[in-house]
Amino acid sequence: MTKFSETQLTEFNRLVARYPEGKQKSALLPVLHLAQDSFGGWLSSETMDYVAELLRIAPIEVYEVATFYSMYNLKPVGKYMFEVCQTGPCMLRGSDDIVAYIGEKLSIKPGETTADGLFTLKTVECLGACGYAPMMQLGKHYREHLTKEKVDAIIDECRKTAAANN
Amino acid sequence: MGVKLLLEKAHVEGIRSYEVYRREGGYRSVEKAIKTMGPEAIVEEVKKSGLRGRGGAGFPAGMKWSFIAKPEGVPRHLVCNADESEPGTFKDRYLMEFIPHLLIEGLIVSSFALGSNNTYIYIRGEYAWIVDILEQAIGEAKANGFLGKNILGSGFDCEIHVQRGAGAYICGEETALIESLEGKRGNPRIKPPFPAIQGVWQRPTVVNNVETLAAVVPIINMGGEEYAKIGVGKSTGTKLMSACGNINKPGVYEIDMTISVEEFIYSDEYCGGIANGKRLKACIPGGSSVPILPANLLLKTAKGETRYMNYESLSDGGFATGSMMGSGGFIVLDEDQCVVKNTYTFARFYRHESCGQCSPCREGTGWMEKLLYRLEKGQGKSSDIDLLWDIQRKIEGNTICPLGDAAAWPVAAAIRHFRDEFEWHVTHAAEAQTRNFGLAHYADPIHVPTTV
Repeated sequence: MTKFSETQLTEFNRLVARYPEGKQKSALLPVLHLAQDSFGGWLSSETMDYVAELLRIAPIEVYEVATFYSMYNLKPVGKYMFEVCQTGPCMLRGSDDIVAYIGEKLSIKPGETTADGLFTLKTVECLGACGYAPMMQLGKHYREHLTKEKVDAIIDECRKTAAANN
Repeated sequence: MGVKLLLEKAHVEGIRSYEVYRREGGYRSVEKAIKTMGPEAIVEEVKKSGLRGRGGAGFPAGMKWSFIAKPEGVPRHLVCNADESEPGTFKDRYLMEFIPHLLIEGLIVSSFALGSNNTYIYIRGEYAWIVDILEQAIGEAKANGFLGKNILGSGFDCEIHVQRGAGAYICGEETALIESLEGKRGNPRIKPPFPAIQGVWQRPTVVNNVETLAAVVPIINMGGEEYAKIGVGKSTGTKLMSACGNINKPGVYEIDMTISVEEFIYSDEYCGGIANGKRLKACIPGGSSVPILPANLLLKTAKGETRYMNYESLSDGGFATGSMMGSGGFIVLDEDQCVVKNTYTFARFYRHESCGQCSPCREGTGWMEKLLYRLEKGQGKSSDIDLLWDIQRKIEGNTICPLGDAAAWPVAAAIRHFRDEFEWHVTHAAEAQTRNFGLAHYADPIHVPTTV
């Protein structure tokens, strides 16, 4: 059953309170982030319908927003998503090699998830870290100045964290 | 060392905290503005300063402020554009991450000037950790009486809210940002009405870039006239440059707009020269949207004069032989880089980011990406280059918002200045897969020492 916990509802109410009376739809983007974080890292249609109900808007208003913005995942993704930037400034500093190396190491292509559900590789467009290229987003943070050695260390770190949490 | 107005204190230990920031002279501009100046006087100072919008368009900020409508009983809003997404640009992130109180301080003064009781920072969704930094700074400012009810006993109330976007370059366009702030897709609106008349929730709204709002702090502290003395001509004050690509010292630099492009690239105070002892081939001086220039036109104008790091000099020669300051995203390409490939990544970027409202942009960006991919992979025809030229011309000026122009300009400039590199990808298709075109005649004719 898709439902926010009490803590998540408190956060939901904090988000909605930032906008004028009757303009609760304005909270849609932050609420979708909260929903994605709360319900397994992606937005199912059940989740989107729940958000629509909470914000008292039509489900289509949620779908059209969820499909427009690149950060909302409309299908399940791995526990760790490597979002590697491939736009000009990162390309000039070797992002193609980083994408290829991660793909080879995890035996997946961009857009795919490893069979154990741990890793998803995704190529993305400019994340605003051009001076620290090549880089990727991993969860809430950026990993910058990537090298093959750094990628190895990040993968190990993720595997260890996952094992510790099991 | 040039004048530093924004980042002077960015490296002071603990500057992210209110205590240190305040000890270093922070929030003085709020005291001065609220206690000794009225809203009109603040707008006047910003007008006098000559401050131009730092997001990319360079529109005079004071003039933008003076357009805001003030109908009786209708709330007004200031919105800070922190949706920094122009490839090559990462200065706002730096400012927010390292000296967040500077932005909050500028926002309080600007909110007071515009009469905004609820001010919003719209930040790109990927900068998730910066949201925490900003909310922490807002909380501290509030706890110390600079935000909330009756600020410094003035009767002025102000709250600042941080809203995360969710991955869409187009939301950096102010009307798309407003749509997004209202919880919708980021489709730009048709103007007029301008946001100053009908913005967020149909209320009068001013949208300004992070760096623009931060610059209000030194303007109030030193006075608009003093601020205008820094820089040259209509390029007043300081500008944050995001330097990246094949240079020794990528990073964010504050410049006073009187230095030459050559000094910016080669001096150790800034980019520190081209990486790995290579030579400069080309540069996109103001973010991915602005025209790329070959080295010889970058360092000197077509008339043979030194080119400087300011609005006027960078655009000297128009699009035929010049470029633009744009957002200050300074992307440097060394002799081994392929202009066709770089242009392809930009075309792919704009296709990905087009909102899809206007057909010239929606269809045209996809066509340009396909043609550039084909050329880059050695599968192109000579006529593809003419077709690319034709498509970019049909996008430019034919869309609701400037994304269309932003997608067209880099392609046009790449063909204009590097046409023989494109031709070579057709005539030497197999060879183009094994090596890059190289420096050719684009090389900078001036002898400059390389720094390793």
